[in-house]
Order: sequence, then C-alpha cells, then structure tokens
Amino acid sequence: MSVAQQRNALRRRLGAWAAQHGRSLTATLGQFRRSPGPSAMTAAVIGIALALPAGFLGILDNIESMTQPWRSGWQASLFLERDLATASQKELAARLDKRPEVATVERLSREQALAEFRRYSDFDRAVELLDENPLPPVLIVHPSTGLSPSATDELVAALDDHSEVERVRLDREWVERLHAMMALAERGVWLITALLGIAVILVVGNTIRLDIENRREEIVITKLLGGTDAFVRRPFLYSGLGYGISGGILATILVEAGRWILSPPVNRLASLYDSSFRLDGIGLSGAATLLAAGGLLGLLGSGLAVGRHLAAVEPA
Amino acid sequence: MITFDRVSKRYRAKEAVANISFHIGRGEMVFITGHSGAGKSSLLRLIPLLERPSGGSVAVSGVDLAELPRRRIPHLRRGIGITFQDHRLLGDRSVFDNVALPLLVAGIPYRETGRRVRAALDKVGLLNKESAEPITLSGGEQQRVGIARAVVTRPPILLADEPTGNLDPSLSTEIMHLFAQFSALGVTTVIATHDLPLVEQLGHRRITLQAGRVAVDTARYSR
Ligand SMILES: Nc1ncnc2c1ncn2[C@@H]1O[C@H](COP(=O)(O)OP(=O)(O)O)[C@@H](O)[C@H]1O
Ligand SMILES: [Mg+2]
Repeated sequence: MSVAQQRNALRRRLGAWAAQHGRSLTATLGQFRRSPGPSAMTAAVIGIALALPAGFLGILDNIESMTQPWRSGWQASLFLERDLATASQKELAARLDKRPEVATVERLSREQALAEFRRYSDFDRAVELLDENPLPPVLIVHPSTGLSPSATDELVAALDDHSEVERVRLDREWVERLHAMMALAERGVWLITALLGIAVILVVGNTIRLDIENRREEIVITKLLGGTDAFVRRPFLYSGLGYGISGGILATILVEAGRWILSPPVNRLASLYDSSFRLDGIGLSGAATLLAAGGLLGLLGSGLAVGRHLAAVEPA
Repeated sequence: MITFDRVSKRYRAKEAVANISFHIGRGEMVFITGHSGAGKSSLLRLIPLLERPSGGSVAVSGVDLAELPRRRIPHLRRGIGITFQDHRLLGDRSVFDNVALPLLVAGIPYRETGRRVRAALDKVGLLNKESAEPITLSGGEQQRVGIARAVVTRPPILLADEPTGNLDPSLSTEIMHLFAQFSALGVTTVIATHDLPLVEQLGHRRITLQAGRVAVDTARYSR
C-alpha cells in the first residue's frame, strides 16, 4: 500500500469512528430529550453535590486572601548582647535587611528601649531606682509578605544563629492559630468534597443502572445484531458524561448565584472596616474545573455501572 | 457453510439437542421441522452463539465456534441475519430505525443507510410503512420488518425461527417465497417451522427433529 493509500484508509477509519461516536452522542441527546425529568433530577443532584464543596473552597480562598496582609503582620524582636557597640548594631541591622525574607529592620538602642519601656509600662518609677539601664539593644525584624510557616521558622532560626543575638522573641501565636484553623477547615472541606464526589459517582451509577434496566431489550437486540461491547457501552458512557457536565454547569450557576446573594452584605461589612475586600468568583478556571470534575465523576459512575451491569445483559 | 458434528445441548436434565450432525452448503435452503419442543429453536441458537453446545462442535464458514474468541462473536453475528417468532423489534423506534439498526451496528456510513433500508423494506413490501411504529403493524407486517432487518446488511447466512408462526396460509406462502428468493441469491437459509404442509409444498431440503434427534434429513436420500 502506498503512503497516500494508507493515509486514505486511516482517514476513512477515523471518519467511520467519528461518525459512530457522533451518532451515539446524538442518540444520547435524544435520550435526554425523551426523558427530561429524571435526567434533570440527576443533573440537579450532581450540581448541588458539586456546588457545596466548590462554595466552601471559594469561601476559604476568600478568607485566605482577606487575611493575607495580616499573616505577615508578625514581627521578631531580637534582643542583642547588652554591651554591643552601636556600630555593630547598625552593621547587623543592615546585614539582616539584605535578606530577601526580611522587609524592614528597626533598631532600638538601649536608651530608646528604656524610653519605650517607660512609656508602655507602669514600672518607670521602679526603673528610676536602678542605677543602670537593664535593657539590651533590640532589633525589630518585619518579614516580607507571604512567608510560609516553614520559611518563617527557618528565618527565625537563622536570626537566632547570629552570635550578637541573645534571644529571639516571636510575636506570631495568633498567626499560627489562624494557619491551623485554615488548615483544619481546608482538610474538612476536602473530606466533604471526597464524600460528595463518591455520592456523585453513586448517583450517576444508579441512574445508568436504571437506564440499562429500562433499555434491556434494546441492548439484547443490539448484541444479537452483532453490536460490540464498546458499541453497546458507548451511549451509557456518554449519558454519564452528559449528567456530569450538566451537573458541573448547574454547580457553576449555583456558586455564582451564592456569591451574588452574599456580595452586598460582605461589601457593607468590608466598608465598615474600611476595607476594599470583595468576594472573588470562581472565575473561568473554576468553572472549567467544575465541568471537568463533573464530567470525570459522571464518566466514572457510568463506567462502574456499565462494567457491573452490562455484561449481565446477554441475548438468549 | 454450517456444519454440526455430534452436537448436543442440555438444559439441566433436559437434552434439547442430542447428537446432531449435518452439513448445510453455501446458498442452500433448509427447513428444520418437528413438533413443538423438538429442539428447533435450541438448534438455531447454537449457530450465532446465543448458546454454546454442551457437546460436539459447530462450525460456521469453516470456523469452529468453540475456538472463536469472545471478542469475535459480534463479527460472527453480523454475518448472520436472524428473524424471531416474536419479532423482537424495538417498540419505541420507527420501522425505519429498526431496520437501520444492523447498519448502525456494523458502522455502515450514514449516507448509505437510507438507500439500503428502503431497498430492504421494498423487498418485503413495506416501503410505505417506514415511519410507522411496529406496534401499529399486523403480525405478518412485523414479521416482514424482522426479515428486512435480517437481510439489510446482506449477510451470507439467514436464520428464521417460525417465520410463519401465526400467519394465514397465503401470507405464509408469500413469506416462504421471499426466503427462497434470498436463497436463490446465494444466501444460506435455515428456517425452523412446524408448518409441514407448506414445507412439503415448497420441496426444499428438510431436517426433521424428534426429541432433539434427527429423525429425517431429506438430503441423505437425495444424495
Ligand atoms: N433456556 C432453556 N432452559 C431450559 N429448557 C429449555 C430452554 N430452551 C429450551 N428448553 C427445552 O428444550 C426443549 C426444546 O425446546 P425448543 O428448542 O424451544 O423447541 P422448539 O423450538 O422445537 O419448539 C424443550 O423441551 C424446552 O422446554
Ligand atoms: Mg421454537
């Protein structure tokens, strides 16, 4: 066979393949049109099951972006050796300032430290009784924004490593609590997502199983006439895919409707806090993810149902 | 074309087909006759592998069916047109769609479908019923739709199980003549029927079953 002939043969086979798929797809759409009630019900269940985790994840994302500026709001106080010379203090401050994880370094001399202490405590009388300033010089390190907890730990360890630094005090307990809470919430949402994903697979699987029961005679006759397993399976897989994608579209609509409903009060709250915070939508990529997730779960559910129930339908 | 070699088929205790051997040549037309329960349907079901024999071997077009891999069964069935006593048409599809189903299954290009379906419907005299629903047709018309579906892919083998089951004599004769025409075109045709008078009148080869065994095979005498 010449190359051109081979190419033609290939094109013909591809054409036949595409035509078969096209006709299965048309038949599937016809099926949806013939029984819109149950189909819509299945799609609605999938839509809600997908919208819930998508909504939760969206809220988490929004909380995360809202708290982002506060998260690097922690600071580290470096208590230096008491008798470190001013020049050395300045030199250390400059050195630290060069680190990429560090945004700014503030230096408090022993005198400034004492002044601060007097201003913010009730001990100024007591301090006056001391004949010597008991406070060490302090460097206050502000980290750059968006440091992860592990990067923060590394930075703190590095600061502590300097011989001039006696002690590091970190003001970040609440940041850690926030992180911990967010991690917990995220884990919880993923758990719900996994459960709802399984629910979607089961719902689609059950719908397809009923579909197979209802079309038993059609399947038997198709096999009698020489329909391959793939040919018989195809419309059901398309159905599953269709249910999943319709569910994904519905979920997108639900999530966006939820945002539309929540937006006015959120904006009002934000304005009361002088914040420009706005609820972010799931966007194009979010919608694409929902559709893909729906399609994949639908395909999985129908694949399971087809694998379990179609082999049992044999002509006799 | 079809060879049975000491074939038996047992359903639990009941032996529906017992030690049957025969050969049917290409283009031959054969009647399988016998009383109800003699094993005619059971015998026919072994040919497209709707059932597997309990013993012996069946060969179709020189292929031993025992050695046919499972994934090749659809290919075997596409080469065999079958009609059933209870028609087995899809009630929720038009006559046209029913007859088009084998073409769809075989992946025949769409533009050829209409022409071939109409040619098949024309042959059985139902061209004007293509958009009717099968339930609205008479028994004889449904049987003819079944025949159109069986021949639309022009298979080399045609099997018919009681095609004249509950039809009046003149319609029965008409349908048998239709099968004779296909046979004359080279299609190997096997028809199970208990309508002995009609079979004798047509005078083709006849294999008579009795309790699952071959009682008479007219080919044995003519040879
Ligand atoms: N699926 C089956 N299960 C059990 N017995 C069967 C089955 N099919 C046929 N038989 C039995 O085998 C015998 C032959 O039946 P069948 O082939 O239908 O005869 P015919 O078509 O000549 O009337 C009958 O006694 C019938 O009861
Ligand atoms: Mg019978």
